[in-house]
Amino acid sequence: MFVYEKKLLYPVKVSSCNPKLAKYLIEQYGGADGELAAALRYMNQRYTIPDKVIGLLTDIAMEEFSHLEMIATMVFKLTKDATPDQIRDAGLEPHYVNHGSALYYENAGGIPFNASYIAGKGDPIADLYEDIAAEEKARATYQYIIDLSDDPDLNDGLKFLREREIVHGQRFREAVEMLKENYSERKVF
Amino acid sequence: MKQPTVKAMNLLEQLQALDFTLVELRLYLHTHPDDEKALQQYNETAGQRVTLKEQVEEEFGSLAPNEPFTPGQASGWGEGLWPWQL
Ligand SMILES: [Fe+2]
Repeated sequence: MFVYEKKLLYPVKVSSCNPKLAKYLIEQYGGADGELAAALRYMNQRYTIPDKVIGLLTDIAMEEFSHLEMIATMVFKLTKDATPDQIRDAGLEPHYVNHGSALYYENAGGIPFNASYIAGKGDPIADLYEDIAAEEKARATYQYIIDLSDDPDLNDGLKFLREREIVHGQRFREAVEMLKENYSERKVF
Repeated sequence: MKQPTVKAMNLLEQLQALDFTLVELRLYLHTHPDDEKALQQYNETAGQRVTLKEQVEEEFGSLAPNEPFTPGQASGWGEGLWPWQL
């Protein structure tokens, strides 16, 4: 089961209303390498991954959900006071016409979230390499958003998230090594 | 709804820092199960969390369901401000 704790993983602040930054950030909400994809990918892999790695996958999946909540908070804070003019200037009119001020699982180009962003191969090594690649892609995406952002408060949260992807990638690499050791000890999996 | 005091926000941020330490150590311990120093740090931090969480809940109300309602709070976690409203 899940228990929700009413606080963010890391404090989220934004300096000012800035729907343009929200438009970039939505990539990490509903994009191919975003937090929703990450959380769902790891949750789903748990059932067929060797027991040794289930705990790690579960904890990282939970952390990805808390990242998703941080991104949502950022987007909400960046857009909640936006005027129609600001929405137009940010290029968010298509989103506004369809969703009003609601958040939506879509990428920065407005394409809705799609399950084909996630692989589930049922092969531990293939799945973990996919996870490592996903973490690297998420890290790169955070870097691109930071490059475009001039909001120091927002960037503080984004840098935290970028570092977390590095740590996750490291843990997944260690998990691969653990499984490889297992393989060499035990021929039948 | 009224925004929390500076003192309340400080307590919340302290709890966030503690909980982050637990998240980070838990991930690390999955792949380093024999690191006794990390395990000890995890347990110490988890212990400190108990008191700090009580202090935070005195300010904000319950943080999670399935817990006793905080004294002085009319109801559980469904009241008060949500993280994105702070
Ligand atoms: Fe991650």
